[in-house]
Amino acid sequence: MTDAKLEFDAAVGAKQEGWNRPPVMEPSGEGGVLELAMGPHHPSTHGVFRMDVALDGERVIRLKPVFGYLHRNHEKLAEGMSYLGSMPFTDRLDYICSLTNNWAYALAVEKLTGQEVPERAEYLRVILGELTRVVNHASSIGFLIQEMGASGTPLMYAFREREKILDLFEALTGARMMCNYMRFGGCRVDASAAWLEATRKVVAGLPGFVDEFEQLLRSNEILMARCQGVGILRPDLAVNAGVTGPLLRASGVNYDIRKVDGYGIYNRFKFRVPLGDHGDVYDRFMIRMLELRESIKILEQALKEIPVGPVMDAKAKIRGFRPKAGEAYGRIEAPKGELGFYLISDGGPNPYRYRVRPPSLINLTILEDMCLGQNVADVVLIFGSVDIVLGEVDR
Amino acid sequence: MAVEEGLKIELGKQGVLVTTIEELYNWGRRSSIWPMQFGLACCAIEMIATTMARYDLARFGAEVFRPSPRQADLMIISGTVTKKMAPQVVRLYNQMAEPKYVIAMGACAISGGPFKQGYNVLKGIDRYIPVDVHIPGCPPRPEALLQAFMTLQKKIDAQPLTGEGRPRHLDAEAQGEFPVPVQGEHDLEPTSNPGVWTVPVVIR
Repeated sequence: MTDAKLEFDAAVGAKQEGWNRPPVMEPSGEGGVLELAMGPHHPSTHGVFRMDVALDGERVIRLKPVFGYLHRNHEKLAEGMSYLGSMPFTDRLDYICSLTNNWAYALAVEKLTGQEVPERAEYLRVILGELTRVVNHASSIGFLIQEMGASGTPLMYAFREREKILDLFEALTGARMMCNYMRFGGCRVDASAAWLEATRKVVAGLPGFVDEFEQLLRSNEILMARCQGVGILRPDLAVNAGVTGPLLRASGVNYDIRKVDGYGIYNRFKFRVPLGDHGDVYDRFMIRMLELRESIKILEQALKEIPVGPVMDAKAKIRGFRPKAGEAYGRIEAPKGELGFYLISDGGPNPYRYRVRPPSLINLTILEDMCLGQNVADVVLIFGSVDIVLGEVDR
Repeated sequence: MAVEEGLKIELGKQGVLVTTIEELYNWGRRSSIWPMQFGLACCAIEMIATTMARYDLARFGAEVFRPSPRQADLMIISGTVTKKMAPQVVRLYNQMAEPKYVIAMGACAISGGPFKQGYNVLKGIDRYIPVDVHIPGCPPRPEALLQAFMTLQKKIDAQPLTGEGRPRHLDAEAQGEFPVPVQGEHDLEPTSNPGVWTVPVVIR
């Protein structure tokens, strides 16, 4: 892992024209082609997702993702209810990281209505967002290793830490998973001094966890043999396909919306953006490991600097407001990539159009390109390294 | 016929185990419920959390999650069942070997939950397959899933091997396969299985 090798703009300009999907591979001609439906009930599809693969022996020569098994009409429902009414539904998009979903949606509505967010609320959002990132990256590494066959152990390490953080979420927001915490113009309730103290304690324990976790996995021979050189994603292809998040950075493209947009108060914190060299499964795994460390850095700074004050803008309207006709797009660096909400208002109490830009779905679109020519056993691994949640893919 | 409790304890002290086939059979069944490794949506994450160290589902003999329906005794419907997924859920249930049980975990599996108004969401999986335990919540806490397990164990314990309340696999007449719905022009067809679910009559 080194510093930026490829600037984002250069990569965008490089191979824009002439980019085509790679041709589907030809079978070798011996033994025919086996067509196989992996999923929707497959233990490693992270829910209900189907991959129709064509196999030439062990080699994948075609892969077609089939979506829609968890299509829950999120966007349609949101167009029929008030702006606030959609907030609990955003929890259920990417159900591992409900708080970052809240944040992205709140950001979009704040842009639409032009609301301000108080200082303390911004800090709380950063703290909760980064805690969410820790939860997501730890569990996604755990799931990835489990798909490799290490049944249980790494996932148990990850979930041990997840439980500690979920206790904090529960103490603050009242719910373990579906927090429904952020509001337009701030946060729902203030964090007590005791809560901040408990969070400092948990954060103080996190570097030890990451050390332990990394030591357990990083130089494991089996993990290296299975991951290195598998599922390589070229940076130009990644950029052209609109891939974001750790998947893009593992391919070496320096693009983190926390740095690019500096939304919220991210400009104030010192942290680095880890980048990968090869863009294989191992790099994606390591990027998540390194991002865990960067998140801890941000958490430590935010917890030190958090000011006192209100968490809700006094002028902010939560209910019954009618934004002026117009549109807004709010985006954040969610743990899985760029999560954006696009809202069009026609002046009514509910959005005219409500669109989610889910990182999981868009990162999945290049699954075939990563899988072609690989062994079928590695498809599971490559799929796991993309790190998706089906609630967000299908919505 | 159960053995008198006091006599049983007295004999136990002498090193004699007295039991009935029924008790032994049910004890075996309830102590090794193997769930199917089958997550649908949000609740699946809490289901995984239940198997992890803090809640430790292994205490109930149910930590062995099987990826194949052929080896599983219990299906935990953990999340929203959409109309695209419902036929697969019923098919998987049909593939499980008897005796088999179903826990409907969470509001979505029970009734469609918050997504009930959605055009693609099934309003409760109990329209197609018999559900043994419902746990409300969105998502239910891991403790709630443990409670569901204990409820299911009590239910298995109370099942006689003969007579009216015997389990389905001991009843030659009982329905073993459940019809798999197909995607019709507007909705799943049939919209429910009248054998397991009837439209509730609202008394006002």
